[in-house]
Formats: sequence, C-alpha cells, structure tokens
Amino acid sequence: MSDLIHKSAAELAQLINSKQVSSVEVTSAFFDRSEKLNHKTFSYLHLNRENALAAAKLADQALAAGKVHSPLHGVPIAVKDVLVTKDAPTTAGSKILEGWMPQYDATVVVKLREAGLPILGKTNMDEFAMGSSTEYSAYGPSRNPWDLQRIPGGSGGGSSSAVAGRLAPLAIGSDTGGSIRYPAAVTGSVGTKPTYGAVSRYGVIALASSLDQIGPVTNTVLDAALLQDVISGHDAKDSTSLPNSLGSMAEAVRNADFKGLRVGVVKQLSSDGFQAGVSERFQDTISKLTANGVEIVEVDCPSFEYSVAAYYLILPAEASSNLAKYDSVRFGMRILPEGNPTIERVMAATREAGFGPEVKRRIILGTYALSSGYYDAYYGSAQKVRTLIQQDLAKAFAKVDVLLTPTAPTTAFKIGEKVNDPLAMYLNDIATIPANLAGIPGISVPNGLAKEDGLPSGVQILAPAMQDAQAYRVAALIENLYKAEWGDYLISQAPDLEALNV
Amino acid sequence: MSEVTPDLVRHLASLARILVTEEEVQKLTGELSVIVDSVASVNKAVSGDVAATSHPIPMSNVFREDIVLPSLTQAEALSAAPDSAEGRFKVPAILDEE
Amino acid sequence: MSKEQLMPYEKAIEQFEVVIGLEVHVELNTKSKMFCGCKNEFGSEPNTNVCPICIGLPGALPSVNKKAVESSIAIGLALGCDIAKTCRFARKNYFYPDLAKNFQTSQYDEPIAFGGKLSIELADGQSFNVEIERAHMEEDAGKLTHVGGSTGRIHGADFSLVDYNRAGVPLVEIVTKPIFGGGDKAPELAAAYVRAIREIVKTMNVSDARMERGNVRCDANVSLRPKGQEKLGTRTETKNVNSIRSVESAVRYEIQRQAHILANGGTIIQETRHWHEDRGYTSSGRVKSDAEDYRYFPEPDLVPVEPSADWVESIRAALPENPEKRRKRLSAEWGFSELEFRDVVNADLLDVIYATVEAGAKPQAARKWWSGELARIANAENKSVEELAITPAQVAEIQTLIDSGELTDRMARDVVAGVLAGEGEPRAVIEQRGLKVVSDEGALIAAIDLALAAQPDVLEKIREGKLQAAGAVIGAVMKAMGGQADAARVRELVLERAK
Ligand SMILES: [Mg+2]
Ligand SMILES: [Zn+2]
Repeated sequence: MSDLIHKSAAELAQLINSKQVSSVEVTSAFFDRSEKLNHKTFSYLHLNRENALAAAKLADQALAAGKVHSPLHGVPIAVKDVLVTKDAPTTAGSKILEGWMPQYDATVVVKLREAGLPILGKTNMDEFAMGSSTEYSAYGPSRNPWDLQRIPGGSGGGSSSAVAGRLAPLAIGSDTGGSIRYPAAVTGSVGTKPTYGAVSRYGVIALASSLDQIGPVTNTVLDAALLQDVISGHDAKDSTSLPNSLGSMAEAVRNADFKGLRVGVVKQLSSDGFQAGVSERFQDTISKLTANGVEIVEVDCPSFEYSVAAYYLILPAEASSNLAKYDSVRFGMRILPEGNPTIERVMAATREAGFGPEVKRRIILGTYALSSGYYDAYYGSAQKVRTLIQQDLAKAFAKVDVLLTPTAPTTAFKIGEKVNDPLAMYLNDIATIPANLAGIPGISVPNGLAKEDGLPSGVQILAPAMQDAQAYRVAALIENLYKAEWGDYLISQAPDLEALNV
Repeated sequence: MSEVTPDLVRHLASLARILVTEEEVQKLTGELSVIVDSVASVNKAVSGDVAATSHPIPMSNVFREDIVLPSLTQAEALSAAPDSAEGRFKVPAILDEE
Repeated sequence: MSKEQLMPYEKAIEQFEVVIGLEVHVELNTKSKMFCGCKNEFGSEPNTNVCPICIGLPGALPSVNKKAVESSIAIGLALGCDIAKTCRFARKNYFYPDLAKNFQTSQYDEPIAFGGKLSIELADGQSFNVEIERAHMEEDAGKLTHVGGSTGRIHGADFSLVDYNRAGVPLVEIVTKPIFGGGDKAPELAAAYVRAIREIVKTMNVSDARMERGNVRCDANVSLRPKGQEKLGTRTETKNVNSIRSVESAVRYEIQRQAHILANGGTIIQETRHWHEDRGYTSSGRVKSDAEDYRYFPEPDLVPVEPSADWVESIRAALPENPEKRRKRLSAEWGFSELEFRDVVNADLLDVIYATVEAGAKPQAARKWWSGELARIANAENKSVEELAITPAQVAEIQTLIDSGELTDRMARDVVAGVLAGEGEPRAVIEQRGLKVVSDEGALIAAIDLALAAQPDVLEKIREGKLQAAGAVIGAVMKAMGGQADAARVRELVLERAK
C-alpha cells in the first residue's frame, strides 16, 4: 500500500479508525520507505522497527477492543533526538552522548505512547540543537528532499526531511530560535512553535531553558493541530508548564474563517535582507489575504533589530550552564588522557573530544556573557531586550490579531555554504527568534516555490501568547487559499525521492 | 572594538572545562571577536529603566507537595555511567598528589 | 602535612581585632528532596534515593518542594528576618563531581529571608547581638568517598566514588554580617552562635540538627586587623566545621595562624581552608584563579517564589516559642540558680528536663536525674542523654515513686539501670528485681531491737541525747533489710525503740 505514505496524518488516522487499514500496515509502510531512503536524506539517527511495530500492534488491539486513545491513534511518528526515550538511544546529535540509553521517557514521549502513536525512530539534528542546517550534527548532515545537495534547515532538519520526504507522516521538533519553523519553511512543510509552556519540556535535552519549546512538524496544518492537541497540556514535572489548557487547535483549524481578521506586517521583517523569490511569495500571501477582505496593517517593532543579538547572548549563556552536566561522571563519553589524570583533566578532555566546534563556540560565548564583570552588559541587557520585544508585540497585537513575516530570509542553501561562517548562519533565524524571546506561538506554512530556484518558501504566523488557536486559524486559512490554487498541498509538488541521488 | 583576547579565551575555556589547543585559542579568539562585536549592540537597545525578562510567561509560586516518589534503582542509576564501583559512580582522583 | 606556626592566643588577641563571619548550612528534614520526589533520608544504600532530576540526567527538570520553602520562611522568621515579597532561584556554576549538574541551584541576589538578628549568650552570661545578613534556599551536593592513598583523604587518593543520595537535599544557608567586638571571646561566640542556630532549627523541627550527620554545618570566615586600623583584613573561609567544639577550635586556630603571619610581615591569602577535625588544624584549599566566578544567573527552569502575606503570617503563627525566650521563661518557672540553669543549657539538657517536668516530676528532681546519674551514664557510653533507652516519662514515674516513699534513692537507681538494660517499664523492673520498700513495721522493729541489743554503747549514747550516734544502728538495719527500707522511717523507729 505505497499510497499510504502520501496521505496526511489525519487521513491515515481516519483509515485506521475505520479499520480500512491497520496501524501495523501504516507503520510498516513508513518503515519500509525509511529503511530504503534514509541514506539519501539521513533523517533518522536511529530507526527501531521492532518497538514501532510492537506499539502499532498494541494500537490495533486497542482499536479492536473499541478503544481510541487519541485522534491520531495508530499513526506513526518520528521524534527528534532531543527527547529522551527509554527504548532508543538518545544523543541530541552529539558524540558526547553516543549510545546513551536514557533511564526515563520525556513527558511528550509518554503522551505519544499513551495516545497510541508508534515511534518510528529518532531524527537527526544539529548537535544540541545548535544550528540552522543539521550540518553541525556529529553524525553528518540531513538532506533536503527537494534537493539533496541542500540543507533541510535546522536544528530539526531530521524531522523536517523525514516529513517532507514522507519517511514519517508526523514528527516532533524543538524550537529554541526557529528550529521547527525554519526547517518547515525550507522543506515545504508545516511547523509550529507553541506558546512557551504549552508543551512540557520534561525530558527534552535542554539547549536554552527559557526559549526551548516542543512542537509538531507535519505536512498539513490540521495534522499539526491534531498533534499539538496530543502533546500539549500541563505537566507538574515542568515548573514553567502553563497551568491551563489552550483549547483544541484542531477545532480552530476546522472552524477557521476570515471574519473580522486583522493581520499585521512587521515593518522590520518585510523587505530588507530577504531573497527576492521569498519576498515575492510573501507579497503573494498578503495579496491573497487582502483579496479575501482581510485588513492588513503595518506595525512597527523597532526592538526586533536587537533580537538576534539578544538571542545569541541568552542562548549561549543558558546553554553553557545546561551543558555543564556532560562531564563523563554519570552518563555519556569519558576520555582518559595519558598518565594519571585528575577528574578535572578528564572532564576537560571529554568535553573537548565530545563537543563539536559550534557547541564549544557557544559554550565559551555563554561563559563570557555570564562571567563577572560582563553579566550586566551582556546577559542583563539581553534580558531587557526581551522586555522591549514584548512591549513592541503588545502594541502590535493591540491593533491586529496576528503578525505575518516570511519565515526564513532565503530558501534552502547548499550544504557547506555557510558552515564556516557562524554569523551568517545565525541570521537564518532573524524572523523566528522574536517569538522565542517573547514566548509567543508561531507557525510556518508553505506559501509556494521561489521563482529563481524553485525551492519552497514559508510564511510565519505569530499570535499573542496563549492564542495558539488564532495562529492555527490563520495558518489554515492561508493553507486553504494555496490548496485552492495548487489543487493539493505544496508537498505534492516535491520531487520523487526515490529518483533523486545524493 | 572587542575585548576578546587569547588569554580571555583560555580563561573561559578553563571555566567551561574545555581543553583547547593553542590553535583553537587563536581561532576562537577571532570568531568570538566577530560575534561579540555583533551582539554587543544589546547595550544600545536599552536605556533607562527596563525590567529584565528571564521567563517569557510571567508565573510564580509553582510548587510540588512534599511527597516521596519512586526513585531509580541503584542499577538503573549507574546503568549509563562510564565507570562505577560499590554502588557508586567512580571518578578519577580529584586532586593531584601534592 | 605540617602545622603552620601559631602566635600564642593571648598575644594574638592583644595585638589584633578579630572579625568573624559565619555561614551555617542547615539540612531540612522534609520527606522528599528540594527539587525532586526522592526520599530525603540519611544512611540509605548508595545511589538508591536518586532519580533523573537529582543525578542531573539530560532533560530532567526541577520542581520546588513547598514544605522546604515553608521551612525556609519559618527559619527566616525565627531569626527575625524580613521575608522577601518575591525571590528567585539562581544557578551557581562550578564543576565538581559531587554536583550532578555542575551547577548548584541556590539563591543569589534575591534570598527568601534577609536582615535578621540573633542574641547569643556566652557561658559567663555576657550576651551578643549577631546580625543576620540573609537566609537562602539551596540544594545539597552528593557525597564523595576518596579511595586509595595512605590517608583516605582527597590528596593522594587513587580515585573517588560518588553517592548522590544527598544531592538535592534541601538546605537553608544562614549568613551573618561581619561580627566585630568578640575579642578573646570570638571563638566561643562563633560556637555559641552555631549552637543557637542548631537549637532553633531543632526546636522548630525543621531539621534533625544532628551535626555528626552533617545536618548542620558551618563555614567560618576569620580576618584580623591591627587594633585601631579601620580597614578590614583579608579573610579566610574555613569550610565544613562540623561540630560545635570544632567551630571554636577552628576560629581560634585561624586567629593564631593569621596573627603569626601578620606579625611577621606576611600577608593573608584570601582562600578556602579545610578543617582537620582529627588533628585540630586548618590547611589551605587550592587557590584557583577562576574559583570565584560562579556565573550566577536566574534559574530559567523555575519561576519566582512570591510568598503571600497570609502564608507568611500563618507560618509565623505556627512558630514554636523562641528558644531564648523559652529559656528565660523556664528559668523563672523552675527556680534554678543562675549557675544551675546555665549548666543545664550548656549541657543541652533543657528539652529532657522540660519533658520530665511535663510528665509530672518536680523541676529540681528532674534536673538532678538528667545532670547527675543519667548524664554520667550517657557520658560513659559516649551518647547524648536523648539516646539513652529511658524516656523523660519513665524518669518522672520513678521520681514519683520516690516522692511517695515506694522507692528509696538507691532503689530508684536500680530501677533506672533496669530500664536502661531493657527490662521493661519501671513497674516491671520493680516487680522483677523485687525492689519494694519494706513497710512491714513488725519486721523493722525486730531488726532494730536486734541491732540495738548488739550495740549497747550506741544505745547508751542515744539515750544520752547524742542522736547522731543513731546512724550506726540505722546502717545495720538497712543492711539487714537489704536496703529495701525507708531510711527516714527506720530513723524514727530507732529513736522510739531506744527510749
Ligand atoms: Mg551556599
Ligand atoms: Zn531525585
């Protein structure tokens, strides 16, 4: 049943639920394809057929007994290797954790299991989610299913390439500065960063605690909404978890209408520095909305100018502390230098060998930002910039329901193109970072192919904190407009992965 | 102008427990200078009285009750350790002999 | 390692003014740890009270124990501190293998309690006000065992073993402001302060307060300045001084050591020093250039703690009586002499005597038991009186039997010995050991007549009015009765029969 792999998760769930197809069949179909094609996209670091099929069988048995655990019951999923899983090694893309079998499951993983979603495997990522291309994965880069010479975005390039390449109908990502939305944009898929605290971070290998958020990576907006409904909700194990439910995203998608919708375009993120084809696509989206009677308002967010700078202080600072635990004592790699080394030397040698250059760069930068004498100027000021960004957003959201920006400044670049220029790499996240600094939700939805290179482009929808449903509503509206134009989702225009060669 | 010097990089690497070769020190000094010059602009962004935001969604008083929950077994706790002995994590000597 | 040279104490005090600062860590006796649900328990098998959170596995997150916050607020209130309207946890970053995450979750610029005061009474009755800078919440580290080498110490060990059972146990760190003016009493004051903190947290039942288990630990800062000089001298911080006696010795040692260096034109290095309990000296910890840069920042995995006024007031209302006030009240109620009372306090007997009085014994009698016989036995067995196998209620019961004439003092000591030996409740011991005052007057009179007949010279003296001579006859009668007679009644009867 090879056509199964072309179906959306919502369609698959419906087929499974109505017993036209079993979860084992669906899971096997994605598994077979993944085993055959993973060498091309390198989406997965680890595939686990046995566990996935066992879970699929359980889902089928539950269904036979009349139990449906969730609206995605039986639909298999790929999980970014940043979430700890008891039954599969978890590395966060780093050598320092190679072979680590976690002693517990992340809350989101527990929720997926309870909701009846078999886990296909763990997806590739930039080491500790530091990067925008997966080129900083210690295990090698993932590749974009639209063009295997190009990056699938990062840090969650494993999840985006798995979904866009149809190696999984759904995937989980983590987004600290755009690591769900940016990959979604450059692979023509849908990615959501929920409101900070909407999804539990317990069991998510921390990059920057005050920015990290888990979210769905899918091919359709409804799939993303269904998945967010499965993984979100209060978790007592995460003190920053929101106490109250944000409601059903799937409902917001199904009930989406244009009525009274006001959309803001951020002056600072609408023209300068964007690839011509990306700008053209963005203007096209705006025109389509206008044509449907949506009011478009330009809003001014002057402090956005400082968001990348603030982000590259806060992130490394928190990361430098979060990554201190990788010390060769309780888990992970241990390097023993020659002679009779002290633990201090063993730790330093392990961290030298176990961390890649980008991780070391950021740890040292973060150590600097926090060190005495520099704290106020760097970390302290960066935290104040967050306040300014929140103030800008509050003013903007007083006038409009959502903000729209292009998700990424360019389409997917070539592997190797920016790998030695950290600053150029950092600028990929220019449009996605403000949402993390402010804690608000953001969704990237495909809005076509850039005319100069034929590669996917995405539009980002930002909504006020807790109003994820509003972001989903607009995402669904935009998706519908394009679906009407193209006759199908953008992903249907992707090349045949089986015919592509690395 | 950036204040990143090779000495500072050595100091930071030592604080962060990362062994660095002389070559890496030189490379990192260059890279960090560029990055620091670029992020230092946050200073210009804030003037006057602006509160710091360390947590994007304001919350307070999130507690758990004082209840004992199951722990890992000793074997589970030690299962991923590079080395262990007598039910404990084993580490090389902490101090040099003096 | 050799001891350093010291200046004689009196000479040091003559030349220098001593400034001390004390940081006391109190382990709270919550059921679970500060940030996870693992058991807070001493003495478990290694690494059995651990979970992903307290061994710092990737992905794990802390959550704050409400009871620990409550106890911290209570301690703050007991020390006369203000409670912060809002405060936060912060990460203190440094690498050490007993620190699972390589940062300690602590508090930095926003402690939960600040600005308190504690009045300390010294052995001679002099009292001092110690100002409290702050009390903040944090987590304990794991426990290291150093293996190999000759000494079992950290230096020269082949390797070390880490047990994280203690990692994450809630701590309250209480920091004083610099304490001036202690003079030659500075070491005693330091010890008395730690004793007072210990007494407070024990009375409040927020800590087991057992110093031998590390429930209360002291870091002592000491600096000297030549008399008349305004500028403070360089201080050293002596870590992990874990008994009250050692606090006094360590401070005294540092005074003498620093005085010798300063008097010989040397300079004091600001450093951490280790106290060697066994041989009574401090030695230098390693001086590291980066040791002090902890890169504190607000803990992003936790949200602020904002105790409401209602919450704080309900905690205040539940506070037990302040030990100082309680002492003054009891001193007045019990009518001990000043000296008696101070001895009781210094010997840590206040609680047992209080409990014995509550159980019905007269204060003086209770005092005599605990500071006499029972203190002697405890001393011989190297225990505290609380650890003896006899309760204040049992002591009170025995005393009641003495007061009613059912037991003599000597018999009562036998009963105590029986209870301590595990022979059961006092009544059962009396039964089993056959300890009953002989109240059969016929038997007594027979024994007295026999004794008087055997000692005619004594009988003569009694008849002449030399009543003190009766002692010899009384002794003989008591012996004949196997000690189980009421000596006062025997005396009465002897005088009667001698007429
Ligand atoms: Mg401390
Ligand atoms: Zn624990």
